[in-house]
Amino acid sequence: MNAFLSFISSFSTTLTFSITFGTVILYGALGEILTEKGGNLNLGVPGIMYIGAIASLAGSLAFQRATAGLAAGMGALYPILCVLACLAFAFAASMLAGLIFAFLTITLRTNQNVTGLTLTIFGTGIANYIGGSLGSVGTVRADVTSDAVKAYISPLVTSLDGLTDKFNLGSLLFRHGFMVYLAIVVAVLLWYFLSKTRTGLSLRAVGENTATADAAGLNINKYKYLSTCIGAGISGLGGCFYVMEYIDGLWETSATIGSLGWLAVALVIFATWKPMRCIWGAYLFGLLSWFYFLVPGLFKGSDKIFQMLPYLFTLLVLILVSLRRKPEDQPPASLGKAYFREDR
Amino acid sequence: MIRISKRDGISAVLSVAIRIIAIIAALLLCLIITYLFTGRDPMRVISEMVGGSFGTTKRLWEFLQRTMILSCIAVGLAPAFKMHFWNVGAEGQMLMGGLGALILMKFCWQLPSIPLLVLMAIVAIVFGALWGMVPGFFKAKWNANETLFTLMMNYIAIQIVLYFCTIWEGTLGTVKIGIMNGKSGEPAYHKGWIGEMFTGNFNDKDYMWLVLIVLVVVVAMWAYLRYTKQGYEISVVGDSVNTAKYAGIRVNKVYVRSMAISGGVCGFAGFLAVSAVSRTLTESTADGRGFTAIIIAWLAHTNPYLMVVFAALYTFMELAGKQMSSAFNLNDYYAKILTGIVLFFVLGCEFFTNYKVLLAKKQKGGAAK
Repeated sequence: MNAFLSFISSFSTTLTFSITFGTVILYGALGEILTEKGGNLNLGVPGIMYIGAIASLAGSLAFQRATAGLAAGMGALYPILCVLACLAFAFAASMLAGLIFAFLTITLRTNQNVTGLTLTIFGTGIANYIGGSLGSVGTVRADVTSDAVKAYISPLVTSLDGLTDKFNLGSLLFRHGFMVYLAIVVAVLLWYFLSKTRTGLSLRAVGENTATADAAGLNINKYKYLSTCIGAGISGLGGCFYVMEYIDGLWETSATIGSLGWLAVALVIFATWKPMRCIWGAYLFGLLSWFYFLVPGLFKGSDKIFQMLPYLFTLLVLILVSLRRKPEDQPPASLGKAYFREDR
Repeated sequence: MIRISKRDGISAVLSVAIRIIAIIAALLLCLIITYLFTGRDPMRVISEMVGGSFGTTKRLWEFLQRTMILSCIAVGLAPAFKMHFWNVGAEGQMLMGGLGALILMKFCWQLPSIPLLVLMAIVAIVFGALWGMVPGFFKAKWNANETLFTLMMNYIAIQIVLYFCTIWEGTLGTVKIGIMNGKSGEPAYHKGWIGEMFTGNFNDKDYMWLVLIVLVVVVAMWAYLRYTKQGYEISVVGDSVNTAKYAGIRVNKVYVRSMAISGGVCGFAGFLAVSAVSRTLTESTADGRGFTAIIIAWLAHTNPYLMVVFAALYTFMELAGKQMSSAFNLNDYYAKILTGIVLFFVLGCEFFTNYKVLLAKKQKGGAAK
């Protein structure tokens, strides 16, 4: 019985990791779904997440320095202000990156795959360039992001702990940073927008058959620009969450954000372009990536094999989707195609 | 009022001119950015940029070596892109090729040099080809989206290579298969290295082998696409799948076959990277070059010769950035920013080769000309 309990406990610890990990790619994937529903396949997600990450870190640093005088006067509200500023920096910078992609692919009609990959190179470069230079400048009080919000809900968490600490459920369900819950809210909002609103329907029409949507009088450029830029903004929040919460406001010059970005692209396919499916898909990807943690030392290098599973699952889904040909599971029909009204 | 219309065709001179203008504009922007970051004399910046590739003999060989590996991958993508099959899996195909070459290097080093190298190349090509054929097969059979499929195959390949790097790692904790093969004096010393074949003592000039081999691949691919029946089938499929079907071309077979060739050449590039350059394998052996090559292959409009030109331009920018970052104390990633900027410009200028922008004046009747 004790062995069982300890397994449950370590399982729920793993699950906690998975949820945190999954949230990074959940943001990336939700943004990419919005972009792809408008018919734009943005392979720049890793670059955008890099830009979101560095903007939140460098932006917070600059903001906290500039407003240091305010801190004492504002008391408990100041951390909240810092959190909002951090999110705003990440969102705005990622939207700018999305704007580069949108301008090149929509206005200049460059190839989307190639432009996206270039954006990834550019974003990786600019983020690591700034991030590498930050080290000598000093560190940010980045723990501010989650702790600021946690302070408001901690009484609730403590009261629940008594009920749940046998299975370690408290930390599984209630101890995450607020951005974990925000991601779920974004997913629900995105689902509502895409399937229940008229604008969402129009956006999907643009992504499915651009010429028809154009003939129906929709402003194609507006839909495509907005979906790409806002989508990029949401994806960038993934980078923000990663750097501010997952690695506690440090910068590590490594390829991790890049590989998480590609995992986000994979998740979009895995979820067959459905925001709600993305939520559990993200946690499942997280669980698969952390699974080796649950069965340690299975064999040498087993973690590498386990980390392959999300991609394998995505491939399986891709094959199944094309095999079953269910219309609601297909990628948007105009995905990746540039649109020029005078083309026939 | 701005009006955009499609060009019917474009003269070679104009299309080259537009690209050159774009590259110059991009380089100017890079200069300005570097000036703003460092405040150094622009002439010094220019000399460092050029010096990155041509400053010393060693750098020149580095430039040639990088250009050639990149060209080889890009050329591998040519048949796939020509049939409008988005093979974004070069990274994985290259890594699998490298793994194939390395397995032989590790276990068959007793063989004499030439047969060993030939075997390594063959196994690398087979590994790469298999990695390319899988998405080709699923595209042919069930029309699975090839962009997403090949993209996922990359990460599976990376994890496989990481796995082998872990179980075969040279020094514990490095996750890197140590410099193959052997230390000086051991029997396995330098077995399976290109460049050691004849001189017996490795130095930079041995990259000449790499240059020659890749140039042969480039010419062969050009001839294959232009003069063979299979090359013709590829371009028909690329223009219109329906036309190809009507003409009796078995499109599914062309998909799988061309992807085998595409993956095979990328695998061969992996063999070259392992055997002629790094003599080891890590998950960063491909180092994103599989993705860079996609941009290069696309910019070159599937013309193998142009790919070498664009690969050289990219490498030049990369080394220029590296040189500037060390000369001006910036960090290494500066190179990526600069290459990103140049690529954005070169990509964007394609628009002006495909479309005309007219400033139409309003006429009396109200109709724009």
